[in-house]
Amino acid sequence: MSWIDVGALDDIPLRGARIVKTKAGCVALFRTDEAEVFATSNTCAHKNGPLAEGIVHGKQVTCPLHNWVYSLETGEAQGADEGHIATYPVKLEAGRILLDAASIEARSAA
Amino acid sequence: MEKLVVIGAGMASGRLLEHLFDAAPEKFEVTLFNAEPRGNYNRIMLSPVLSGEKTYEEIVTHDDAWYAQHKVTTRFGERVSGIDRARKVVTSPNGDVPYDKLIIATGSDPFIIPFPGHDLPGVVAYRDLEDTNAMVKASSVRGAHAVVIGGGLLGLEAAAGLRLRGMEVTVLHNTGHLMDRQLDETAGYLLQKDLERRGIKVITKATTKTIAGDGKVEKVTFEDGSEIPADIVVMAVGIRPSCSLGTEAGLEMGRAIKVDAQMRSSDPDILCVGECLEFDGNLFGLVAPLYDQAKVAAKTLLGEDDAFKMRELSTKLKVTGCDLFSAGDFADGPNREDIVFRDPKRGVYKRLVIEDDRLVGAVMYGDTADANWFFGLIKDGTDIEEMRETLIYGPAFQGGGGATADPLAAVAALPPEAEICGCNGVCKGDILKSIAGGATTLDDVKAQTKASASCGTCTGLVEQVLAVTLGDGFAMPTEKPVCNCTDLTHEDVRRLIKSQELKSQPAVWQNLAWKTPNGCPTCRPAINYYLLADWPLEYQDDGQSRFVNERNHANIQKDGTYSVMPRMWGGMTTPDELIAVAQAAKKYDAAVKVTGGMRIDLLGIKKEDLPAIWADLNAAGMVSGHAYTKGLRTVKTCVGSDWCRFGTQDSTGLGIKLEKRLWGSWTPHKVKLGVSGCPRNCAEATCKDIGIICVDSGYQIGVGGAAGMDVKEVERLVDVATEEEVIEWVVAFMQMYRENAKYLDRAYKWLNKVGLDWVKEVLADPAERQALVARFDISQSVYQKDPWAERAVPSEAVKFQPLADLTQEAAQ
Repeated sequence: MSWIDVGALDDIPLRGARIVKTKAGCVALFRTDEAEVFATSNTCAHKNGPLAEGIVHGKQVTCPLHNWVYSLETGEAQGADEGHIATYPVKLEAGRILLDAASIEARSAA
Repeated sequence: MEKLVVIGAGMASGRLLEHLFDAAPEKFEVTLFNAEPRGNYNRIMLSPVLSGEKTYEEIVTHDDAWYAQHKVTTRFGERVSGIDRARKVVTSPNGDVPYDKLIIATGSDPFIIPFPGHDLPGVVAYRDLEDTNAMVKASSVRGAHAVVIGGGLLGLEAAAGLRLRGMEVTVLHNTGHLMDRQLDETAGYLLQKDLERRGIKVITKATTKTIAGDGKVEKVTFEDGSEIPADIVVMAVGIRPSCSLGTEAGLEMGRAIKVDAQMRSSDPDILCVGECLEFDGNLFGLVAPLYDQAKVAAKTLLGEDDAFKMRELSTKLKVTGCDLFSAGDFADGPNREDIVFRDPKRGVYKRLVIEDDRLVGAVMYGDTADANWFFGLIKDGTDIEEMRETLIYGPAFQGGGGATADPLAAVAALPPEAEICGCNGVCKGDILKSIAGGATTLDDVKAQTKASASCGTCTGLVEQVLAVTLGDGFAMPTEKPVCNCTDLTHEDVRRLIKSQELKSQPAVWQNLAWKTPNGCPTCRPAINYYLLADWPLEYQDDGQSRFVNERNHANIQKDGTYSVMPRMWGGMTTPDELIAVAQAAKKYDAAVKVTGGMRIDLLGIKKEDLPAIWADLNAAGMVSGHAYTKGLRTVKTCVGSDWCRFGTQDSTGLGIKLEKRLWGSWTPHKVKLGVSGCPRNCAEATCKDIGIICVDSGYQIGVGGAAGMDVKEVERLVDVATEEEVIEWVVAFMQMYRENAKYLDRAYKWLNKVGLDWVKEVLADPAERQALVARFDISQSVYQKDPWAERAVPSEAVKFQPLADLTQEAAQ
């Protein structure tokens, strides 16, 4: 994997999120714990709500538009809703957040 | 005999020498360098030396006699200057030493944050005996102040030791909770409470600016201009490998000297042990893996096979009375689940992290008796599926049954004279009497004793008394819990936040036994509101516990853009304001809508543009209209006596005064006001949360109107004669609503529960009104600030931009 540095961990507040622009739309980065970040598509499978604006709880996010809840680990919608968002490899190194370039490019190609 | 040179006499190399001499006493002729002017001592035990529980002599592990017995040539107090690998010689100012095999065990250096003044006398690290002695010396002055920078393991041990020596100690920690690498928020919160109980001050999210003093340390200053006195500053913010010898000798380096599983560096004759090495991308700081490394390195030197393996680590804090334990990994990784146990009474918190039916992490506070059992499960990767249900109760529960705590037991244990209803002074005994007299429902008790007949926050308690007393004869009714994170109702939570003085979200989660690690989208905004309403000065509003609109200070639309609506006080505006609005609408390509609340809405603004459009509107003197908040929205007015031939009073002027007083305040749900200049009611004041109708003799104040999902007409609160009285009554009503209502109850819903009569009764007392107004003003001192102006500055505006833009990289 080739890792790209997209920013500092502290640029995302605890239980907050930020987005990264890519050629094929936005990737959302969620900080669920002091040293835990997940990367997923920013787009809700329901009505394209911006997930990075949702409330982050546990390892889940709730869409700000109509309250769909997604697992940030699997990308699966929770409860009665059926849908899926893409998830991407992310790692933390020395306070920096790294995204996998190949996965992001694969997303652009798709 | 082969010549072995060891650089660094620490815990790892000490253990290595023990293994070597045990296995092959005559194989090596050893020369031991140490920069510290002494041999090996148990560095971990410096904390008991600091606190006075042990002496230095008691923690020495290898004394002169030991070195003599094993014929070790000691070169203590001497810093090695280099390694000449071609000649296989260690160079030193006091004479070079040739080697066949070389061990680098130079450990680590404390990390010193280069604050201005970090080099003043009196600033120390916490690493060796010199540092410890400096701290002991500083503590010998009566009432002296110590500041510890860094709330990790080492920093807290230093703080506890200094406190035991009688110093006034303050710990500064840059993140939100102590020991954030080992503990989650709740455990960090409990630890902080325990430390504070023993007189240690803790400042989290500390923004240290300088260390200052004239010739020596005197104080520490913060970004906000405040300062605290300091006779000594202990910097315990971390360590970094001390490995420059490796770099200069041309060994393969990562963040430290890279070694293989046999502890060999890229030069097979040079081995490393301890904190100066990097293995498989990992650095080391705790003693257990260092001892493993020492064992492997000894084997390698003796020509035997062994390999170093990473293993799970656990942490315990060596502060007497603070019982905490953390092990494994409780962050990161997919498919993980939490089991949380809280016992607020005993201050106990346990959290287990499970992955694929195996325990992978554990955090415990207050009761660590089962820590080793859990640690064993983590290390062994035991399948826990069978015992999952009772796992958190520990080994005693495995294989046997166990009762769960009865949630009603606490109420059952209350004595008869315990007060249940504070508003009406009703004790448990009064309620028991009414039950004995035939009361079987909440309404019966309410009618007979007045318990829960006023503000209603004790309703849950009254019901629990009924349940305990009547058993199956009482069906617990009505009010639902806040959410699935808790069994408590909103009323319970509000009451407990006040009575237990809970002032942070982790405090609520722990003391009220939340079932999730950090809440859910239902409870988080509610708890955030309750905390900021009840503790405006102590609690800090948490943007991450707010819905998108309140976090971004604009209303999100279905396409993900936002609407921006500046305030127009009482519906009045000016040509200049309108020009600014028009220019902003053009510049940011907005749709323009005149609202029902007498303002102008700019729709279709991109999130990235929000700070810029706010700056433009601020420049024209306009502020946020808070059209997105559970707070004061708009004050609708008619033109009143200034223009209207029927107007009886200056309704516009009064509306503006009210809006200027109330804007910026957070409320359980949105609050809309209207002021009409005569009973013709052109401002539609009678369907607002608070509506004022001007009449010849003064003002009629109505409350509890609405024109939303329900349409309600206001009910009369009071008639008053002057504008000043209107403002006092309205502000007092607002504050009463803020302090008592359930989150997301509009005023009319709240009034339905508590009854307008109770509100009238309270507000009829001038002293009560003034007290409510005073509390409202305290809250406004914090919250009446334009959120747009605060976020339009560059340091905040950047947070509205994407973290990174990869569209350029992807294009190449």
